[in-house]
Amino acid sequence: MAEVLKTIAEMSCPTPLPAKDTILLGHGSGGKLSAELVRDVFLPAFKNPALSKLDDQAIVQVNGSRIAITTDSFVVKPLFFPGGDIGSLAVHGTVNDLAMGGAQPLFLSAAFILEEGLSMDVLRRVVESLHKAADSAGVQVVTGDTKVVEKGSGDGLFINTTGIGLVPDGLEMSADRARPGDKVLLSGSIGDHGIAILAQREGLEFESAIQSDSAALHTLVAEMLKVTGDIRCMRDPTRGGLSSTLNEIAAQSRVGIELIERAIPIRDEVKGACELLGLDPLYVANEGKLVAIVEPSVAETVLAAMRRHPLGKDAQIIGTVTEKNPGLVVMRTPLGTTRIVDMLAGDQLPRIC
Amino acid sequence: MKYLDEYRDERIAHGLVAEITRCVTRPWVLMEICGGQTHTIMRYGLDELLPPEIELVHGPGCPVCVTPLETIDKAIALALRPDVTLVSYGDMLRVPGSNSDLFRAKAQGGDVRIAYSPLEAVKVARANPDRKVVFLAIGFETTAPPNAMAAFQAKREGLKNFSMLVSHVLVPPAIRALMTSRQNRVQAFIAPGHVCTVMGFQEYEALVRDFAVPIVVGGFEPADLLEAVLMLVKQLEQGEARIENQYVRSVSYAGNLAAQQIMKEVFEVADQKWRGIGPIPNSGLRLREEYRAHDANKVFDLQLVTADEPAECISAMVLQGLKKPTDCPAFAMRCTPENPLGAPMVSAEGACAAYYHYRRHTVAS
Repeated sequence: MAEVLKTIAEMSCPTPLPAKDTILLGHGSGGKLSAELVRDVFLPAFKNPALSKLDDQAIVQVNGSRIAITTDSFVVKPLFFPGGDIGSLAVHGTVNDLAMGGAQPLFLSAAFILEEGLSMDVLRRVVESLHKAADSAGVQVVTGDTKVVEKGSGDGLFINTTGIGLVPDGLEMSADRARPGDKVLLSGSIGDHGIAILAQREGLEFESAIQSDSAALHTLVAEMLKVTGDIRCMRDPTRGGLSSTLNEIAAQSRVGIELIERAIPIRDEVKGACELLGLDPLYVANEGKLVAIVEPSVAETVLAAMRRHPLGKDAQIIGTVTEKNPGLVVMRTPLGTTRIVDMLAGDQLPRIC
Repeated sequence: MKYLDEYRDERIAHGLVAEITRCVTRPWVLMEICGGQTHTIMRYGLDELLPPEIELVHGPGCPVCVTPLETIDKAIALALRPDVTLVSYGDMLRVPGSNSDLFRAKAQGGDVRIAYSPLEAVKVARANPDRKVVFLAIGFETTAPPNAMAAFQAKREGLKNFSMLVSHVLVPPAIRALMTSRQNRVQAFIAPGHVCTVMGFQEYEALVRDFAVPIVVGGFEPADLLEAVLMLVKQLEQGEARIENQYVRSVSYAGNLAAQQIMKEVFEVADQKWRGIGPIPNSGLRLREEYRAHDANKVFDLQLVTADEPAECISAMVLQGLKKPTDCPAFAMRCTPENPLGAPMVSAEGACAAYYHYRRHTVAS
């Protein structure tokens, strides 16, 4: 009887089931659902010290050399967008994940999953763009793979790239190293990539086309590392945006982060598009920006070095690491009040009105 | 950004707060109707800036929150039918029905699509004559004109495969229901600026007259809301009850007549159930008989058993301004945006979600 009652109670429960029974789109959003997937499924299976750090790249020792390795899959739709395409993005994304560990990127692999019926011209253009981006980033594509799936089993074209690079001795950057008092530096305006993609995908037209910021950041990182060794951690705020990245750092370092809203650079076009669509730019993806947590005494020096580089010319100090509110990101609004900048469960949903 | 930054300006906001503080002599309970306004209040911490005499309670104006469980269940059941494409506004997808949501229906193979405008759903129907396309047409008076336009176009084109699952709610009957409730604490209202952009504010005059309650049509930026609060406090302190318009850059007395006309052409007023509150007479819209071919309730045979809301959820009290989200024992513990017990925790505009996303740090400390 108790069992029956329990079953009835469960059947009539209007609460959505915890998202554990099936994969939802939100599991790929870079938000809380993604983090749960890593914690509950992947980490227990592969647990090892390099993986457990949960940085953008793993750093392993081989014969006295420190090798950074990372992998990323690209499923962007549309394949071509203002400011880039899936080919250049596949290089920039992986190069940046290496660069965030302070590594000099060296070699890439590129694996293509093609859908039956894809135009050869589209593939050629993507490959050419990937080649150009790799050339200008100074990395070589040294191995690859191709698979073709039946029509309807893919979405035109997916790319996976894996990259390796070398990390200089003595350089230690990781998301668990932020300390109270540290400064939070951001290399430029946020939200450009996500809004460029959304505008293209949904056929939204704005007065001036918003360009993706897709770019390789390793030369900017090199300039920053020239002026100091006291950078605690670097991240590129891609999926899930600036908010998810800072929440991850706050959680892994067990510190709070306090942001100054008016210090965060956002282009007017991006701000306008976000207002229109009911989105918060703090959660919109970037592909050519980095966040650095820096020891306070060198913050201004690092900021100056960033601003000398074209990809960091709009860099700003946007906040401070705090002892208060461990695990939370809090933002000081222009009105002097504070609010939480939360990590989202899944993707941001456009609001109804 | 022009036309935006000035309404978020620190000096203007603090000037308005100082003026409110100067005017107020005793406690007042004010309700902002619209979820968008609640969102701004929480996001900018406006309630922290106001003097302690002013209590802001949050109204039922989150369209996602008040859409009845039955409608969500019907949408999910339709989405799971192999011949149906269900098109919806984005934030409806995560709202819990009796035992699933539209995201889950999509993961189970249902053809669920997000649209920014209902006319996109008409386009989908036109392009896929072999699919039955259903648009989940919810919202207040704000979304009624575009939703009406979708049905109007479908009828004109004779699109046989387009229908709408309608769950439309109206603001003035909800205010009337709140004012006639014996538990009511609200002494003045900030009326929703977007709704009034469409409808004007003529129909609020009867409310002011019948209940001697001050109403100010308010915008959505911090300076808008603070100015609306100031206008209400001045009326309350002077013992007046008038309808005033703060959101003059968008709202006129008569509203958008073309929008009202298309609404009247397609919809008629009907009784409506509000999630968390219950039925309110004449508080909704349904498709007119001439549009029955596009009414999903008539096109499909939809008989479903709907579950009760979880007993622990106090969303009914929250939506009527009787309790704050933080008064709920389940808040941020057993009820979170990932595992919501009630709809106000789901939508970005829901009062519980607004407290959760922006305020947990002050609750904890």
